[in-house]
Amino acid sequence: MTTASSVVEVPTLPERKYRSLWGDVWLQFRKHRLAMLGVGILAILVLGVTVGPLIYTVDAKYIDVTAANAQPSREHPFGTDNLGRDTLARSMAGGRISLSVGITAMLIAIFFGTVTGLLAGYYPRLDSPLMRITDMFLALPQLPLLLVTIFLLRETLRAAFGPEAGIFMLIVFVIGILNWMPTARVVRAEVLSIKEQEFILAAKSIGTRNYRILIRHIFPNVLSPILVSATLGLAGAIINESALSFLGLGFPSDFPTWGRLLYDGKDFLTLTPSLVFWPGLFISLTVLSVNFIGDGLRDALDPRLRGR
Amino acid sequence: MGKYIIRRLLTAIPTLLVISFVVFAILDLAPNDPTGNLPLTIPAEVRAKIRESLGFGEPFHIRYVKWMQQFFVNEPLNIIEEVFDVKIGDSENRLRVRSWATRSPVIDLIIERTPQTLWVVGLSYLLAILIALPIGVISAVKQYSIFDQVGTFVSMVGFSVPTFFTGLVAIVIFSVYLGWFPSVYNTTHKVTDWSSFIVQVKQSIMPVTVLAFYSAAQLARFTRSSMLNNLNLDYVRTARSKGLMERVVIIGHVLRNSLIPVATLVAIGIPQIFAGAIITEQIFRVNGLGALLIIAIQGADIPLVQSLTFIYALLIVGFNILVDVIYGVLDPRIHYD
Repeated sequence: MTTASSVVEVPTLPERKYRSLWGDVWLQFRKHRLAMLGVGILAILVLGVTVGPLIYTVDAKYIDVTAANAQPSREHPFGTDNLGRDTLARSMAGGRISLSVGITAMLIAIFFGTVTGLLAGYYPRLDSPLMRITDMFLALPQLPLLLVTIFLLRETLRAAFGPEAGIFMLIVFVIGILNWMPTARVVRAEVLSIKEQEFILAAKSIGTRNYRILIRHIFPNVLSPILVSATLGLAGAIINESALSFLGLGFPSDFPTWGRLLYDGKDFLTLTPSLVFWPGLFISLTVLSVNFIGDGLRDALDPRLRGR
Repeated sequence: MGKYIIRRLLTAIPTLLVISFVVFAILDLAPNDPTGNLPLTIPAEVRAKIRESLGFGEPFHIRYVKWMQQFFVNEPLNIIEEVFDVKIGDSENRLRVRSWATRSPVIDLIIERTPQTLWVVGLSYLLAILIALPIGVISAVKQYSIFDQVGTFVSMVGFSVPTFFTGLVAIVIFSVYLGWFPSVYNTTHKVTDWSSFIVQVKQSIMPVTVLAFYSAAQLARFTRSSMLNNLNLDYVRTARSKGLMERVVIIGHVLRNSLIPVATLVAIGIPQIFAGAIITEQIFRVNGLGALLIIAIQGADIPLVQSLTFIYALLIVGFNILVDVIYGVLDPRIHYD
């Protein structure tokens, strides 16, 4: 009897790469088709407003009355406004302001929200007063207060920091300060459950100081809800800014944002609809893609859904 | 329950006090001259007199207390007097919160503007609920079907596209090109007969639909996820396994339970939709409360702005309490004690 030289066929396992948490998240995120579409559209828009002006070098502030109210043509792809300013160039300039207002305001809101949430969740003594303040802020009527503060403080800040920087700081700060509450609530709830877990106890028992525990052990674990609320906050901030500008209380006309372009264009609806159409489309596309990205992130960051 | 409501109402008082202080302080401390819009020919002494007559001679805290007394005591008394046609105390000399621009009591202006806003806001919210509930329910029951995918996408669009864009697009399409509806809402229009009623319906369609589309999107998303949460629970399996018809399971069991959080969202959304109406009213020129606020802000009519902003805050606080009460009534698992 000869030993059969049969080789046991070992099914070659597909090589399993080292996978990190964020690698997993990315894998799951890629499956969300609409979220990927959102990333694509947002990337195009961001490139358009940052790199675009380098390629399409028409001056957004150049007034050419002879070409006023022009329909879209090869010279002016989106047409011109009532002073003959090129709408495409203005949309790109406006997009830069709109997006930077949105991002900065979101960062402010996320910062305050995270700090409040971490403190309220970790220190029981701070919990009740901080949450009281959060509830109070939630009861403030947002849009009316935004309108009022911006209307009242506009001139002062304009005088102090110049027309553009002054109003930018004001809008960003007011939107940020009125939008940190949802983040604070989410972060607090998350911290409350994390701080009861063993690894925190372990950290405590080797004598880690409270602030080290908060920064090194708790903060990384609340990053995912913070990311999700950051996307929601970004969408909200962009909408808020354009709503303000649409009511004529945001940026002045010579520093147009998408909302301001809508406001300026709405009186020429019948004459040059493209004046309203493009900025409005850009706002909508930005918010829509940011919201889809938020949806995708939420699914990707939820370990119960991941891998399905 | 009664005890709970009373406790909630009592705890709302400090919140409202703080909010009223914030609103008052922001407006009062901001650099602003109430006589700034008056003609330049008015001599300085007269200008000072005018400022004094507007109540500017006194220190901040006294003005705050006076405003509170006017807003919380005097104005409600005036409303009671008008409604019940009685006289309470010295009503002629009672101080009232007066608009700087029109010199008429702020409350009268607000009462004048409320019906238009209520009509537009109320109708749109009703429409939103009627659209959103069926879409949310069908989307959840047929999850991942084409209906669901289209519905989820459309509601995401409705939720992301701002009303000031949908409104303008609607005007371009339906008023400019098709000419079906007027682009301006005429508030002086009175409904007397059938044809004037048609005019009223026609001019309401666009503002109502634009606002409804936005709220319906939110509600539909929420209804869908609430239904999905319930569909996998054990009681649904029990209901199915004892042989109930699918329709009865969905409508009688799942929907009833899913609607509890939806009802609270509907209540929470009411103050938001009032704020959202500020923009919609601006697009379609409805002269409701939102338009009044914008005019007041642009004219630096501080008392009017203070009162309106505070009314918005009152709405939020009030509906928040209502939400908790609704929750307790609808959900037998919740006990407030």
